Order: sequence, then C-alpha cells, then structure tokens
Amino acid sequence: MKLHFDVPGDDLSLAGKASSELKKALGRLGIDPVTIKRTAVAMYEAEINMVIHAHGGSADAEIGPAGIDIRLQDSGPGIPDLDMAMQEGYSTAPEAARELGFGAGMGLPNMKRNADDLRIESTVGVGTTVTIRITLPGSTTKAP
Amino acid sequence: MNGQTFHSVTLDPAKCTGCTTCIRYCPTEAIRVRKGRAIIMDERCIDCGECIRACPHNAKKAVSDPLAAMERFNIRVAIPAPTLYGQFDEKFTIDRILSALKGLGFDQVLEVAWAAELVSNAGALSVDQRQCKGPMISSACPAVVKLIQVRFPSLIENLMPIQSPMEVAARLIKERFYPGRADVGVFFISPCAGKVTVSRYPQGVKTSAVDGVIGIKDIYVPLRNTLPGTVELPLAHASGRGIAWAHIDGESDAVGNPAGISVSGIADVISVLEALENGKMANVAFIEALACPAGCVGGPLTVENPYIARARLRARERRVVSRGHRQPPVAADDLELGWEEPVQAREALRLHPDMLKAMIMMEEMEVIHASLPGLDCGSCGAPTCKAFAEDVARGHVVITDCIFKLRENVRKLAEQLIDMERIQPPGLDKD
Ligand SMILES: Nc1ncnc2c1ncn2[C@@H]1O[C@H](COP(=O)(O)OP(=O)(O)OP(=O)(O)O)[C@@H](O)[C@H]1O
Ligand code: SF4
Ligand code: SF4
Ligand SMILES: [Mg+2]
Repeated sequence: MKLHFDVPGDDLSLAGKASSELKKALGRLGIDPVTIKRTAVAMYEAEINMVIHAHGGSADAEIGPAGIDIRLQDSGPGIPDLDMAMQEGYSTAPEAARELGFGAGMGLPNMKRNADDLRIESTVGVGTTVTIRITLPGSTTKAP
Repeated sequence: MNGQTFHSVTLDPAKCTGCTTCIRYCPTEAIRVRKGRAIIMDERCIDCGECIRACPHNAKKAVSDPLAAMERFNIRVAIPAPTLYGQFDEKFTIDRILSALKGLGFDQVLEVAWAAELVSNAGALSVDQRQCKGPMISSACPAVVKLIQVRFPSLIENLMPIQSPMEVAARLIKERFYPGRADVGVFFISPCAGKVTVSRYPQGVKTSAVDGVIGIKDIYVPLRNTLPGTVELPLAHASGRGIAWAHIDGESDAVGNPAGISVSGIADVISVLEALENGKMANVAFIEALACPAGCVGGPLTVENPYIARARLRARERRVVSRGHRQPPVAADDLELGWEEPVQAREALRLHPDMLKAMIMMEEMEVIHASLPGLDCGSCGAPTCKAFAEDVARGHVVITDCIFKLRENVRKLAEQLIDMERIQPPGLDKD
C-alpha cells in the first residue's frame, strides 16, 4: 500500500507532519511499536532535512508485509561530500534552524542507526533522494 | 485495559443538539455524530474532558459518585486531591477545609498531597534508575497514560511504573489504618474525570483501593457553606511539595530532577510526545505531562478557574513549606509503591487484527479519502474527511453520508433520468 506526502519547504512549524501521518498509518495497520518508533525517527530526520536544507520536497512510502520503503526526493542544493555529511556533528544548518534546536549534525547518523538500509543519492545543484528501508520483525526479506 | 466499556465522560442525550462542535476537539477521534447525537467510542476515549470543555450546550459530562455513596460503608474516609485547596480563598486554612470536609459525614480524612510526597520520593529514584531509553514520563495523569496506550504505544516503556498518589493514599487507609476490614469506604475527592474511570479499571494495579470518586464540584456548595463555622482540627500533614502536585510544575519540582520538563493541556502534551517518539529530547530525564490546562486545577470536575486556583495554591505552598512539626499520619516508608502489573497498548485505532486485511482496508480508505472534498466540514458526523473515509472502510457508514457525495450521486441519477426520458419506447418510434 502506498502513501504520498508533499513536504512544504522552509516552514519549520509544519515540519514533521508527513512523519506523523505515516506513524498514524502504521498504527492503523497494527505494526509493532518498536518498528513504528524506528520508522518515525528515520522518516522525521529525513523530512526535517528536506525542509531545512532543501526547501521541501516529497515523500512516498510503500508499506508491505515485509517492510516499509520510504523515498524522499528534493530538488535542493544536493550534498557535495556524502561521507562528511554522514559524520556525527557535521552540519551546515543555518542560524535560524539552530536556534530551534536543529543542526547538531545528528540527523543522518540517526537515520542510519534506525533504518535497516539507507541509501542517499545526491547531485550538487540537482537534488537529493533518500531511500529508507525498515524491515518488519519476522520478515526475512533482504533489502534490494 | 482492552475491552473496557465504562468511562466517566458521557453524553446527556437530552442536551445534545448534534452540532458537531465536540468532534474536532477529541485527541483520539473518539466522537461521531449519528442521528443527531454525539456518540463516544468507548475503546478510544481517554477521559481527557476536552469535549466537556468544548460543548456549547453542556451536553457532555463526567459521571462521578454522589456524596450519598458513602452510606454503603460503616467507616467512611475522604482522600481529597490537593486541587480542592485551590477552590477556596486563602483565608480558609487547609486544616479548616479538611475539617469541613470531614464534617460532611466522613470518619477520617487523609490528604492525597501527603501521599504525593511519598510518590515523589519513589519517582525521583525511578528516574535515576530508569532502564528505558530516553526520559521517564509521569504516570500520575490517567488521561496521559491512556493517550500513550492508544496513540503512542512505543512510549509505554517510558511510563513511570509507580502508583498514583490517589492509589497510595487509599492503600494507606486500607492497609495501615484499617487492616483486614471490609466495611471501610475510601472516597477520592476529585478534580478529574479520568480518576473515576481508573478507580474501576485501574492502571498498573490489579484492583483499586478506591471505592468511590466524588467530584469537587458536587461538594463545593455544602463545603463552602460550612467553612466559616467549622472548628479547625489539625488534619493537614502535607508540605508545599505535595500540595504543588495540583498544578503544572508541582510534580517536577517535587521529583527534583534538573533535566525535567513539564507540559499541560492535551494539545501540547501530544506535541511533546510526538517529539519524543521522533527521537528528540535525548537530554531530558523526566516529563511531567498533565492533560488538563495548568494541570489538575483545570480538571472538568473543578469549580474555580484553573489559573486562579493555581495562584491560590502557590500562595498556600509558600506558607506551608513544611509541616515537620506534625507527626506523619502513619508510618509508610516501607510501602511498596511500584506497579503490580504492566500497562498494555490499546489497539483502538487498528483497522483489523490481521495486518493484510488492515492493509486492504487502508488502501480502500485512501481511495475514498482522495474522492472526498477535503473540507473537513463535519456534516457527516466525523471530525475529518480522513476519519470519515476510515469509517466507510470499516463499514460503519456509507459513502453517501457525505453530503457532497450524495449530491454527486443525485446529479448522476438526474442525468440518467434525462437520458432515459429521451429514449422513445420502440412502439412510438416512427422512423
Ligand atoms: N536533503 C538535503 N539536501 C541538502 N543537504 C542535506 C540534505 N540532508 C542533509 N544535508 C546536509 O548534510 C548535513 C548533515 O545532515 P544531518 O541531518 O546529519 O545534520 P543536520 O540536519 O545539519 O542537523 P540535525 O539533523 O542534527 O538537526 C546537513 O547539515 C546538510 O549540509
Ligand atoms: S458539542 Fe457535541 S455533545 Fe455538545 S451538543 Fe454539539 S454534538 Fe452534542
Ligand atoms: S473525554 Fe476526551 S477522549 Fe473522551 S470523547 Fe471526550 S474528547 Fe474524546
Ligand atoms: Mg538533519
């Protein structure tokens, strides 16, 4: 089953809505709390990154009996050095975002910790696509 | 508890006009308007009282016990919530309020505020020794506990596994003052609708030691009338630390962890829990969360404005920093305050016990939702178009309960009629 979310950019007060909706959907399906929490953390961080660093974008989630696949796409500035961005503490967050408690450089590492598979494709000047896979417990299907 | 059928917040069908105001305010989307009356889905209701506050026709109420309920017992004990002290002018001392309460027909009065001090000590310890990831969340507010059971099951492990001050006070009465006696009735004097429900369907204990819950508003007038002429007895034992539990920040201050935050009002509680579930608040050790505005002083069974009540309580707290000169009412240091059993998730929002079936239903729900106007107008009786789509997918209502869908169908039908009218019966066809 598929869900689509538009993530408006630059309005931090609305950020987190898509992950909140996804979480509600997982609750309706009866997905276990631990998986919901892992999904919530990974999706929330990716959503916030899209808002803070890339003027928003869109998110698509596909939920199946084996797991949850989330794809977040933006046409923002892209990430020049992915290895650097993945390091804890690395952040280029603007001042306004830091004042709200973002910009610790923990988002990508947190996503990695909570996802069973995390892929990031990014081209400078074109945009970034983040794919998150969360495997459901009891499922043996491996990430593609 | 799953399958629970009783809860305190109920509808007065005679007063309900079916105006649909309340449906938008419910944090668990538990209300629908059907046949011109609001109905509450029992398994979803968390007894937060939001619909009581929202209803312009006073059609929602919190059911509690009448004062006469004590007559079933030989020995009658009142355990008042500290919120009671905030209902009256400070010229009436706490001793006087408790004495007047006793005068309403009770044999004994024990302050829940005093039990709250014991709970604060146990709480401080459990925050320090916590095993869960992230902060401990206070379990004192029954609506917050239920909110977590229904909407945030992943945070159940963060709930502080300590009995509530009400439960501890009631147990002290039964186990320490009157051990082994079956004719003792303990009555909580309550600002809170949720406490009525947990006295019957408890959280964290197998059975509650509370026998009845009497709303503060139901005894306010008799109490107020007798206060001026009451002879003061030395009944107060609680210090400011316990009294402060009646309002926001009170429990946090009593638990005393510098890395604590406190939040009140259901909407803000939800946003804090959302943030916590999203992995924020890594440095927070304790969350005091109270569903009512400004804390228990904002409970639906109170009389006084929550902010006035809080100001009065704070003035009282400054005056009685400690009552160290009075002997504690009973020895209680060895009382075990931990939960007897864990609190479980309530799967009230789940579409179907079988996940594959639930997925099919959710797909249907998404298709229906996409076909709706998205106005969240409420005329179908559901709080949002999404909730209506869910009700259709669950088979509770039909799509034409949406007036826009009905109109669409009527138009289609009219077009079909016109088309049919154009077709001549074969016998009249002169071609
Ligand atoms: N969608 C994106 N588009 C462009 N740059 C991004 C995107 N996501 C992450 N980045 C870059 O990677 C860096 C690290 O991201 P990460 O989420 O780990 O930290 P942060 O967002 O800066 O801070 P935090 O997540 O702790 O609030 C960002 O500062 C930014 O430079
Ligand atoms: S607000 Fe709800 S309970 Fe009150 S009259 Fe309207 S529909 Fe009925
Ligand atoms: S008390 Fe709260 S949860 Fe229950 S129906 Fe009213 S608003 Fe909903
Ligand atoms: Mg980030």
